[in-house]
Amino acid sequence: MDRPMDQVLPGEAVTVMDPAEPAGGEPKQSKTRVKIGRLRIIVSLSVIGLYVLAAIFGPILLKYDAVATDLGSRLKPPGTTLANGQVAVFGTDQVGQDILAQMMQGARVSITVGVATLVLAGLIGVAAGIAAGYFGGWLDMVLMRLADIQLTFPSILLAIFIAAILGPSVVNVVIVLSISNWVTFARVTRSQVLGLKNRDFVDATRTLGARTWHLLTRSILPSMIAPILVVATVELGHVILAEASLSFLGLGTPASTPSWGMTIANGRDYLSNAWWISTIPGIALAALVISFGVLGDALRDRFDPRLRSM
Amino acid sequence: MADPLLSVQDLTVRFRTRAGTITAVDKVSFDLAEGETLAILGETGSGKSVTAQALMGLVPRPAGQIAGGRILYKGRDLLALPRSETRKLNGTDLAMVFQDPLSSLNPVFRVGAQIGELFRRRQGLSRAEARRKAIELMDRVGIPAADRRVDDYPHQFSGGMRQRVMIAMAIALKPRVLIADEPTTALDVTVQAQVMALLAELKAEHRMAMILISHDLGVVAGVADRVQLMYAGRVVETGDLREVYERTGHPYTQGLMASIPELNGPRERLTPIKGSPPDLTRLPSGCPFRPRCRYATDVCAAERPELLPLPERPASHRAACHHAKEVVTDVVTG
Repeated sequence: MDRPMDQVLPGEAVTVMDPAEPAGGEPKQSKTRVKIGRLRIIVSLSVIGLYVLAAIFGPILLKYDAVATDLGSRLKPPGTTLANGQVAVFGTDQVGQDILAQMMQGARVSITVGVATLVLAGLIGVAAGIAAGYFGGWLDMVLMRLADIQLTFPSILLAIFIAAILGPSVVNVVIVLSISNWVTFARVTRSQVLGLKNRDFVDATRTLGARTWHLLTRSILPSMIAPILVVATVELGHVILAEASLSFLGLGTPASTPSWGMTIANGRDYLSNAWWISTIPGIALAALVISFGVLGDALRDRFDPRLRSM
Repeated sequence: MADPLLSVQDLTVRFRTRAGTITAVDKVSFDLAEGETLAILGETGSGKSVTAQALMGLVPRPAGQIAGGRILYKGRDLLALPRSETRKLNGTDLAMVFQDPLSSLNPVFRVGAQIGELFRRRQGLSRAEARRKAIELMDRVGIPAADRRVDDYPHQFSGGMRQRVMIAMAIALKPRVLIADEPTTALDVTVQAQVMALLAELKAEHRMAMILISHDLGVVAGVADRVQLMYAGRVVETGDLREVYERTGHPYTQGLMASIPELNGPRERLTPIKGSPPDLTRLPSGCPFRPRCRYATDVCAAERPELLPLPERPASHRAACHHAKEVVTDVVTG
């Protein structure tokens, strides 16, 4: 895996400028790059892992009740010790709810929605991409024009439109976001299939009597797992952000399942005297989305440098 | 002669390109008897590979179209059969070895799994049995330490070894006809000979018929019973190997023979065929070889020559040339 990287990312011309440096400076440089690549993966994965752990165990450790109110301890800044003896690490909101508890509950919703959306959008997109790329003809035309039309339409507008019809619920958010995200998967899959379907090894398998289904699942699909995974990683960040946007607009999850977007929206009115309600979940959201972006980039560089233009 | 195993009749394949429709294979006919080896020779773009693709149902669609003809295998027309029927024949009756063994193996699976999958899917063997048969087969095609290498990935094999794996997969289901599309072109010269020897050996062992597609007259000489030369999508000469090589009846064949460097004898310039293969979208009138031919006369421009038996030769030796008589009597120089 390391070798192709060396070829793709040759060391810069520093060695040429500094003749005193012993030969072998160049490989050292590319090695540093590989290390940076590895570091990017490790760091971003750790951040994501932290969020996942918080989402799984946080709500167990720090109970969150969506309908409880504690007006005595409302709008307390981060670090305040509350009346019941708990320390509100990230402060409390306008009804006295602990922000940290709310965020960890929100992480659960956001990550669940993100993964579920990705699975659904991925299944639809990959299936559509394979159908369009492999069978071609009118099917390709119809599917890809549909994708084009959807791309010209602002996805948040589309999401608002669908969410307004379906109403707020976690399942509906997943459906809405899947509809606006399948296109990326479909396009990447289609281009991969087009490149793969006439490769010799697919033809060779065909000449040995393989059925279309077998060709698709055993010859073509395994060869494009890497690019699809890269797309999925990048998209996961986008989806979480989109879910937060929908919730912020009040079209996402219902009030009983708080997500980050909703917490941020709630704190909007108190920005002048209680900045932490919106700011801290906002930073948390940004950190997670950036981590997914970095991870996606690093994976892409590692698996397939040719995808860089994506 | 009894009914041939495979009989191709007037096969025509057309491709639609931006520059217009080209006829890549133009009314090609040949028979293949059980256990026989036919070599199809020609330059790039002569239609030899497309002929193989047509036989295996691999003509790329929608650009390519089989525009006419019949491919009779054991009396059944493969072109008229539904895809599900021809698929059953693939592997067990007709199989193919590809030109580039690196790109013909699936890079993401171990070779043992790729070979074994055939047995599992087509013969319903268990995983363990399939693996055992894969090792057996790899051993048979001359891959050393097959029981260890069975778990290697294609990129861990050398070119020659990869081609052996491809051959193993092609013969796994004991096909009656093996089509080898330039099986040695991507290999080193020393490995070429080994692979050709292996093919000849396996052919004899399984009593397979073989269609060997090549541009190399030398590679073919050791294995083929009959040869067929193609030029611009048409068969220009066909006959028994010795007949064609020794009593060439077409100027194109003659040119190819003359362009082979001789090992013994004085060192001299190679004799290439002048000009380049014709643009299939703009074929010259009459005989397509005319612009490069030193025998060409007015009749060559006016009329396309038919594939006809040569005078005073066995009936199987035929050439498509108006001047075949002169060509045959002409002593091949070079």
